[in-house]
Amino acid sequence: MNVENGNGHNGTVNGMNSTGVIITNSATPLPEGVHLPLYMDNHATTPLDPRVLDAMMPYLTGKFGNAASRNHQFGWEAEKAVETAREQIARLIGASAKEIIFTSGATESNNLAIKGIAEMYRERGNHIITQVTEHKAVLDTCKKLEKQGYRVTYLPVMADGLIDLDDLKRAIVTEGPEKTILVSIMYANNEIGVVQPIREIGRICHEKGVLFHTDAVQAVGKIPVDVQADNIDVLSISAHKLYGPKGVGALYVRRRNPRVQITEQINGGGHERGMRSGTLNVPGIVGMGAACEICRNEMAAEALREQELRDYLRAKLENALDYTQVNGNMEHHLPGNLNMSFVYVEGESLLMGINDIAVSSGSACTSATLEPSYVLKALGLGDEIAHSSIRFGLGRFNTRAEVDYVADKIIDVVRKLRELSPLYEMVLEGIDLTKIEWAAH
Amino acid sequence: MAYSDKVLSHYEHPRNVGTLDKSSESVGTGLVGAPECGDVMRLQIRVNPETQVIEDAKFKTFGCGSAIASSSLATEWVKGKTVSEALTISNTDIVKELALPPVKIHCSVLAEDAIRAAIGDWKKKNGVAEEAGVAVAASA
Repeated sequence: MNVENGNGHNGTVNGMNSTGVIITNSATPLPEGVHLPLYMDNHATTPLDPRVLDAMMPYLTGKFGNAASRNHQFGWEAEKAVETAREQIARLIGASAKEIIFTSGATESNNLAIKGIAEMYRERGNHIITQVTEHKAVLDTCKKLEKQGYRVTYLPVMADGLIDLDDLKRAIVTEGPEKTILVSIMYANNEIGVVQPIREIGRICHEKGVLFHTDAVQAVGKIPVDVQADNIDVLSISAHKLYGPKGVGALYVRRRNPRVQITEQINGGGHERGMRSGTLNVPGIVGMGAACEICRNEMAAEALREQELRDYLRAKLENALDYTQVNGNMEHHLPGNLNMSFVYVEGESLLMGINDIAVSSGSACTSATLEPSYVLKALGLGDEIAHSSIRFGLGRFNTRAEVDYVADKIIDVVRKLRELSPLYEMVLEGIDLTKIEWAAH
Repeated sequence: MAYSDKVLSHYEHPRNVGTLDKSSESVGTGLVGAPECGDVMRLQIRVNPETQVIEDAKFKTFGCGSAIASSSLATEWVKGKTVSEALTISNTDIVKELALPPVKIHCSVLAEDAIRAAIGDWKKKNGVAEEAGVAVAASA
């Protein structure tokens, strides 16, 4: 839209527009240091840190050995690099290297954790507890297990996105054939950035003798995660969410107090102590290790920087626009996340107006299903709030100048779309939208 | 999702945005869709009582780019047509003109509903009998 320069639209067409609404804004000068397209969707993926690429490069070129080759130096070299990465990853989460299993990413890690535990502990019980705002990699895995005869409880969340610990306590079954074997609750949510009370959840699970898995994809490398202090038994990580490469992830599997066993889901050469066969992705693993090392060193300062930028973005938007709403608990929150609804403006139309900026919307229209974000719906906010929501994901490479540019652009487009919005007009006239008999379609 | 040039054109330069006096005898208002579905269109027409020609049309839409484009196009098309001519505009014409993908067909349906609702409202106000076989959206 920014490149719109009047091709095909003459003055007559614009002149026909009685209110003068032109959503194009080609006149906005680009501030120094801002390059388009601008990426601010760091919950979807993160760019590879150049330092990570440097670490990987030798393993994409000369050091190409198979880490499972035991009888020559190409193999030894690769194995050594993998073990270094294992240490780096373990250190970031307070684990020991032997507790790290490499996978292809967090979807596989979540599948391996949940299916692997369900299968291994089937004799002990058949009940699993998770929550409604999990990623599909957890929800769909649980749904599959339900078809296989497991019973799954999907805990609701409160209006701020947090689970109620009393709900969890009530849901855990400690006796009988329907005994709870696993609780799987994500560390931080990918849409609303809400951080669950993981330490408390872990403590409750351990008191009741139930294993605790957490999908920590959005949390690891962004906020402190410690599997010991947090009472976590199994934890999923992905490299590409923390400035590492795509296609590699890990699963932490506790070895002591208690020792967690997992039934493998991929059979083959018995790699990763039999829990995950398949030739190791050595360059990817090296990159993941390097990425975790950088996070460990820089996380504290980076979190403060991102949080400051996030709060600045929020304040700027709230000061300029009426009828905005922040979604999710902002106290227990990822530093780089802001999920905001611009009420009476539909999310996809907003994205269309800022198409040189990469952010996400919880609107139905961005998905093939026409269903708005199930995460936002789970907060009980009403579908119209979900349709109007935008997720900003600030990351390591976003600057204050970029935040200013994004805020200005959003403010501009929201104002223009509200001139187009019959709902906004009605609200300004004092009409109660809830009193209108809408024809759902 | 990539948008067609025509959708982009209507989104960037929506035609006939605005509000007509809904209490006027000569104005028909159609309000269709629902906020929770992510689409609400309001289409208004001003009809010449002598000729039954739609002399002006305005819209406001809450919805995705395709919904905005569909309603913007609808206002362009109804202008200058008689009421009965306007009733022949179908959603498939809109789909074709804007090259809407299957997932956006509901936007065109809503625009057709909006035209029919606006005309229905005008007819009701002016005591014009419904033509046989012409359904008027009840959602206004």
